[in-house]
Amino acid sequence: MFWVEIGKSVHRARTYVFAAGLAGLAVLPVILLATTGSGSGGPPFFELIQHNGLFAALTAVALIQPFFLPLGTALLSGESIAGEASAGTLRYLLARPVGRRRLVALKYASVMAELAASVVWVMVLGLVAGGLAYGFGELPTLSGITISAGAGLLRILAAAAYVIAGSASVAAIGVFFSTLTDAGLGVAGGTIALAIARQVLDNLSSLRAIHPYLFTDKWLAWTDLFRSPVAWNAMARGVLLDVVYIGLFLGGALLVFSRRDVVS
Amino acid sequence: MLLGLIFPSEGEVHVLGGPVFGFEGRGSPALHRVGALIEEPAFWTYLSGRRNLEYFARAAGNAHERATRLGRIDEVLRTVGLAEAATKKVKAYSQGMRQRLGIAMALLGEPDLLVLDEPTNGLDPQGMREIRLLLRRLSDGGRTVFVSSHLLFEVEAMCDRVGVLAQGRLVADGPPSELRAAAGTIRVEVDDRGRARAILAAQAGVETIDDGQVGPIRLRLTSPATPAGVNAALVSAGLQVSALIPERVSLEDVFLALVEGADEAR
Repeated sequence: MFWVEIGKSVHRARTYVFAAGLAGLAVLPVILLATTGSGSGGPPFFELIQHNGLFAALTAVALIQPFFLPLGTALLSGESIAGEASAGTLRYLLARPVGRRRLVALKYASVMAELAASVVWVMVLGLVAGGLAYGFGELPTLSGITISAGAGLLRILAAAAYVIAGSASVAAIGVFFSTLTDAGLGVAGGTIALAIARQVLDNLSSLRAIHPYLFTDKWLAWTDLFRSPVAWNAMARGVLLDVVYIGLFLGGALLVFSRRDVVS
Repeated sequence: MLLGLIFPSEGEVHVLGGPVFGFEGRGSPALHRVGALIEEPAFWTYLSGRRNLEYFARAAGNAHERATRLGRIDEVLRTVGLAEAATKKVKAYSQGMRQRLGIAMALLGEPDLLVLDEPTNGLDPQGMREIRLLLRRLSDGGRTVFVSSHLLFEVEAMCDRVGVLAQGRLVADGPPSELRAAAGTIRVEVDDRGRARAILAAQAGVETIDDGQVGPIRLRLTSPATPAGVNAALVSAGLQVSALIPERVSLEDVFLALVEGADEAR
């Protein structure tokens, strides 16, 4: 049934609209750099693109991480169960029968797959644009030491994986709220509000005590991959936090949905 | 509750010999043999009719079940008359077409039990007749077809057994003819009216409707009295029964009487 979900997205116009939008964002840093020539100020690794096109992949991912990625995640996950409920198809799926827990798990898996695909899509397009404009080569790291292009690529993949893991917690929250209602857009709105609220709270230094528990705290920790030696500390904590959030919210979704009357 | 959508506050639900609840992980195996139309058909409107059926077929079951259902798509589309429109997006379907597609979806798994809510809703008279005939065929072929309908003439035309629910209780259950007879009145013509009335007064469930001293006696029968029983009682007492005529009552009258009766009894 997983492939059924993916197949459905393939037939929707909005999938291609999103992909086009993301593509635009992915190549934007390279285009800006190439046309204006100035590298100062901007998203992480922006100025480094001139030296090595590989950085364009990172900048692209960094560009979508604060807003577009959480937004897309909230939309997809918010709609996962609630969308079927409002379309009326939920009752038919359950009566087919598709087990309740199975449905939640499959929906989460397909949301994650589409999320991961978008991050990879952005990364690859960034790479291609950067490579075409500035070529690849050795990577200067933030600490000054250079690493080979191959090793750099590996770290870029690791960074993408970390970002995807971060979105996995937003997706879990979205799926949880999705099991509670049949208003998909409402859930999406609520989820994105939560994600933004966490970022806002994270920036208020007076609330420093709770910062470690907000998953957005460690979102940019993947930049640590580009120090030599790699500082795994912050990322490890970030992943742990993600796991906790996913466990909580996905577990909650499974629990709630196993007992809920479906009247829509 | 039959389909596992709403949880009962107490008690168990069994369908086709298998429990419906308790399978929150993978879904109740019994439900694989049930096809349903629940309130209204529902689809992924951005997909074509055919794709809706495909995805529905693929949604559950083992590989064999899925393959069987996929193989039946053409057949069910033809059965409901949507073979040509199948490639159009459901967004463009009329209500009647959606209804047909909903029935196709219910038929996809060759279910042993069909649970259909208002199956002819939105169909033109020809379509309604086609579906009625289809359901009769399926029932004659050994499947159980469970229809919920407010169109009593349709129920009368198509059903072997009728159940009437009022205030959440089953207030009548039986073949339509029996339900009609049970609520109907009969006229009896006998040679000796006086003696007949005396005999009938002693019978349980027989109520004489008084309307004159000549002509047939009108009786209202309620369980356990039956027309045959009345006939036997009169004949065995030596009377000659020259006519025994059930007066026609429609299922609608029966239904309204039952429902109003339940309302009053509350």
